[in-house]
Amino acid sequence: MAASDLVLLEKDHARLTVVLERLRLDANAKLVFLLDKNGQQIALAGDLGAVDPTSLASLTAGNVAATDGLAKLVGEKEFSILFHEGEHDHLHINTVAARAILLVMFDLRSSLGLVRLRVKKATAELVTIIEEIVARSEAGGASESRALTPFAEITDEDIDALFG
Amino acid sequence: MTFINYAAREINCKIVYYGPGLGGKTTNIQYVYDRTGSATKGKLISLATESDRTLFFDFLPIEFGAIRGFRTRFHLYTVPGQVFYDASRKLILKGMDGVVFVADSQEVRMDANLESIRNLEENLKEHGYDLKRVPYVLQLNKRDLPTAVPVPEMIAALRVKNEPVFEAIATRGVGVFDTLKSIVKGVLLDLRSR
Repeated sequence: MAASDLVLLEKDHARLTVVLERLRLDANAKLVFLLDKNGQQIALAGDLGAVDPTSLASLTAGNVAATDGLAKLVGEKEFSILFHEGEHDHLHINTVAARAILLVMFDLRSSLGLVRLRVKKATAELVTIIEEIVARSEAGGASESRALTPFAEITDEDIDALFG
Repeated sequence: MTFINYAAREINCKIVYYGPGLGGKTTNIQYVYDRTGSATKGKLISLATESDRTLFFDFLPIEFGAIRGFRTRFHLYTVPGQVFYDASRKLILKGMDGVVFVADSQEVRMDANLESIRNLEENLKEHGYDLKRVPYVLQLNKRDLPTAVPVPEMIAALRVKNEPVFEAIATRGVGVFDTLKSIVKGVLLDLRSR
């Protein structure tokens, strides 16, 4: 069965951002970024600097997807953590609740050990929130997200107007 | 799998350009990139080999206007067309909201077109999708080549349902935006019907 749509409400975003912000401070990281496995940005904390968030999300999701493919190829369920070590900046990437990806960018002001420790704690909190969002999105129907959906009543004119 | 973000008031959809190798999928996306204003497009990412063959995917985020106060953002992906990159193709189809099939009109590529459509159908099935039910557009590319198969013949061979069909010469941009608009419309109509 194909995965259902994901609906992120403002209150979800606020809850997730609190966890990400705390992780950024605890891990002394430059950037903490949460995205879904299809490369859509969910929330972030920290400074992106010159990094384009859309490209970062797409390439990270591609990276995780390719790694998942590798895991299956060798008979593993998943490789849950990816680590990329650069000259100045490093990326720690892990999956969250099978639907999301957490990326932490850090430099020499932190360490891999500290990041791993803090990520583990934050991931547990994020899993709870993401699972709630997924369950609500899948329930669809009567939920508040369904009542708010802007697309149930769009007209052909609305769509044509997009193209000027 | 559409992502509706109420916090950012935007909707994100994923469109995948599928088709046989060297059929013009990347050329489509490149043309869209070249002809779109910088305010409405993101960076074009191309994971290609040294000889410009797509290795993993090309990616272009593009934004159309707003609907009911929600910005509509479409992520355009291409798959590697070469037969042996099937594992990568499967990964990229995951979470898609619509597919454009870019067929190569040259007579010698008809078998490759047919094989690629079969491959698309199978890979979609693995993700739980049915090609007959997903938003889908057929583009007949390279119409300017002397060996191009007549349009009615191509439609008879390649059309899988009542999908919109567009003739294109992607290198010159002919049919590129018509194809894109058609799939965007299909995706939005599909969202409405859910």
